Amino acid sequence: MGSGRVAVIGVGSYGFRPSTPEVSFQGMMFESSQRAYADANVDPRRDVDVFVDCQEDMWEGIAIADEFAPEPIGGALRPTFTVAGDGLQGVAHAYMLIKSGLANVVAVEAHGKPSEIKTLQDIYYFAMDPLHVRPLPTGNPFFIAGLDAQAFISRTGATREHLAIVAVKNRNNGLRNERAPYASRVRLDEVLSAPYSVYPMSRYEIAGFSDASITVVLASEDAARKFTDRVVWLDGVGYSTEVGSGSLEWHEWGRMPSMRNAALTAYRLAGVSNPEKDISLAEVEDRFSFMELLSVEELLLAPDGEAHRYLENGDFDFNGRLPVNPSGGSLSMGIPLEATGLGRFLEAVMQLRGEAGAHQVKGAKRAVVASWRGVPSYTSVVSVLSSDIEG
Amino acid sequence: MEVVSNLFVKDRVAIVGAGLTTFMRRALETPRELAWEAARQALDQAGLTLKDIDCVVIGSAPDTFDGVHLKGEYLADGSGAINKPMTRVYVGGGTGVFVPVSAWWHVASGLCRTVLAVGEEKMSPAHPHPQYVFRYIWDPILHRPLELNLIWIFAMEMRRYMAKCGAKKEDIALVSVKNKRNALDNPAAQVAANITVDDVLKSELLVWPVNELDISPVSDGAAALVIASENVARQVTDSPVWIDGVGFTLDNQHWENRELAFPRYLNYAARMAYRMAGIERPWKEIDVAEPYDPFDYKELHHIEGLMLARPCEAWKLLKEGYFERDGELPTSPSGGLLGVGNPIAAAGVMKVAELFWQLRYEAGKRQVKKPVHKAVANAWGDLMQAGTVIVLSN
Repeated sequence: MGSGRVAVIGVGSYGFRPSTPEVSFQGMMFESSQRAYADANVDPRRDVDVFVDCQEDMWEGIAIADEFAPEPIGGALRPTFTVAGDGLQGVAHAYMLIKSGLANVVAVEAHGKPSEIKTLQDIYYFAMDPLHVRPLPTGNPFFIAGLDAQAFISRTGATREHLAIVAVKNRNNGLRNERAPYASRVRLDEVLSAPYSVYPMSRYEIAGFSDASITVVLASEDAARKFTDRVVWLDGVGYSTEVGSGSLEWHEWGRMPSMRNAALTAYRLAGVSNPEKDISLAEVEDRFSFMELLSVEELLLAPDGEAHRYLENGDFDFNGRLPVNPSGGSLSMGIPLEATGLGRFLEAVMQLRGEAGAHQVKGAKRAVVASWRGVPSYTSVVSVLSSDIEG
Repeated sequence: MEVVSNLFVKDRVAIVGAGLTTFMRRALETPRELAWEAARQALDQAGLTLKDIDCVVIGSAPDTFDGVHLKGEYLADGSGAINKPMTRVYVGGGTGVFVPVSAWWHVASGLCRTVLAVGEEKMSPAHPHPQYVFRYIWDPILHRPLELNLIWIFAMEMRRYMAKCGAKKEDIALVSVKNKRNALDNPAAQVAANITVDDVLKSELLVWPVNELDISPVSDGAAALVIASENVARQVTDSPVWIDGVGFTLDNQHWENRELAFPRYLNYAARMAYRMAGIERPWKEIDVAEPYDPFDYKELHHIEGLMLARPCEAWKLLKEGYFERDGELPTSPSGGLLGVGNPIAAAGVMKVAELFWQLRYEAGKRQVKKPVHKAVANAWGDLMQAGTVIVLSN
């Protein structure tokens, strides 16, 4: 117990729609978990050692929302806890739980139901420092991303067009994906002629919100063999926080050092020495268009300041050298709050299993998944996945 | 994060430093400042600086108390998480003890050699009173419309314990008397006092059978621990305190369907932790305990859940002085939540910090009389459903 690799043996999801009036958040959690357990061929009441739930109180509209975690995911009267963070951080906990030998099988669930939030913008403001940032008359909490986008543009020489190309690529990629409510056959001139929502980005370049719940089941190498042959390996994880949301002034604008640090840890654990060569698929942060380019750089998939040139060359296209967000990314799938990172993770697992259906890319052997927790945080999580399954 | 060379070789995990702010109502410090005050003290005691810390684990209960969404992100730099791996873990009131529990696997997995574990809570800003935050903890459809108050359901649990176990209010009040007296020796204490059973019975009745002095106060504060791998621990201290066992269990949220007299969720968590620690007879092997005591009956409840006394017998042992600081099995020598205060997540970390000091014989006037080798702490939370347990040894 403890040594050996960590495997992803099951995934399940529910939702990925702008609203899901037919279920409560608990109903969504139940649906995704039941599907993941069936996929992994595990009985949650017998086989799962630890349950991890990822959510934040104010998104749920419930103080101490973790009270409602155990029942829908099968974790009642079992070791269950909540990570107040992105679902990928839950995966990092699962990785550590398995590596420490405390658990053989861990279930991680994350969900978001933004359609039930009446005051989404106010809740974003509640995440800002109450003394220094919240009182500023900024109009839109995403202004922070706008500042980062401009700093990125001025550092790298990328242009407005490059940001728009990301939106066009991802929203069109999403047309092949049944989990992508915001996919659209949008053209570059339409993006460029749309008015700015948050300068320098138009509404096409900012991901919408969607309701979703995602559950993944992870296991130690030995345990995994008992349940399934369709194993995807979780070779490495990393997560990092650059600064607190109360000290935005310390942030290195136009960069995402938290993602770089997380990537370095994950690559090291995974034995990836040359990411640009070793990685064949990337599902990365793109809730703002510029974030995809910045993520690609921070993940060392392109040299500093070069991501937009690779994009121009079509390297990141669906049939390109290194497909980036062939699922359509968050720009197509939406932002299910703390489930956003697990959405990228889910897509990478499906690709590596060869089960991505209409949006299956060819020859994906090793994938990197990256998520940032969004405005106003500077926390990122990265994981590296691989598989021996013939796709 | 520096990855250690002997990655994945299972290592013992130790606590090497602890820090604690004064618990108080209406602290002037911001939550970030409180967190840093405790973190700095813990680092100082370990003889380390932030540069030596690989990872950070933050614990804090409802975001609504501090009035900040994504509270982990907000507390990050105050807790030392600047360009470091940081996560915030959350099991309601059980969070405090869960922070070092989670830090255990950060280290035991080989991913981090040193972890700064910080619990912070600032309840005072909630307006008009923190109890109003508890209006939003209920099932939004079934219970919230009833406009319940948290004290009501605890009153039901206390009542059930009294009925099942034959304990009287004056028997239970002795916990409050003991803990508030123990707290007189704790410089961080908010509500230390020399009181009598009569004072408890005559204090304002809130929800029968709960009087004001049966409950811990509203508090602001922070507490922190430095947790390290065996290698690091051996380098920085001659007296590391080992984390021998961790356990946690979450029951479902249906408190109304549960047998309230015995905390099964805690018992399961305790069994998990004892099994890991190789403890078969906790009532004999544990030398000192910090059971979670936001209400006086809860300490008795938790002593029984932790198997330090048989079900329904804790109150009888209490009357005999069994749990006093110079007794057979001292409980809450710190003064507990009833004496030191209850800034939720920070209070749980405080309990683990107290055991750390006890096991190093550094508790000063609070040091228990008997020699100590093994200790256990627990915390409890959510809708009377979360149990978190940690077993320590020196």
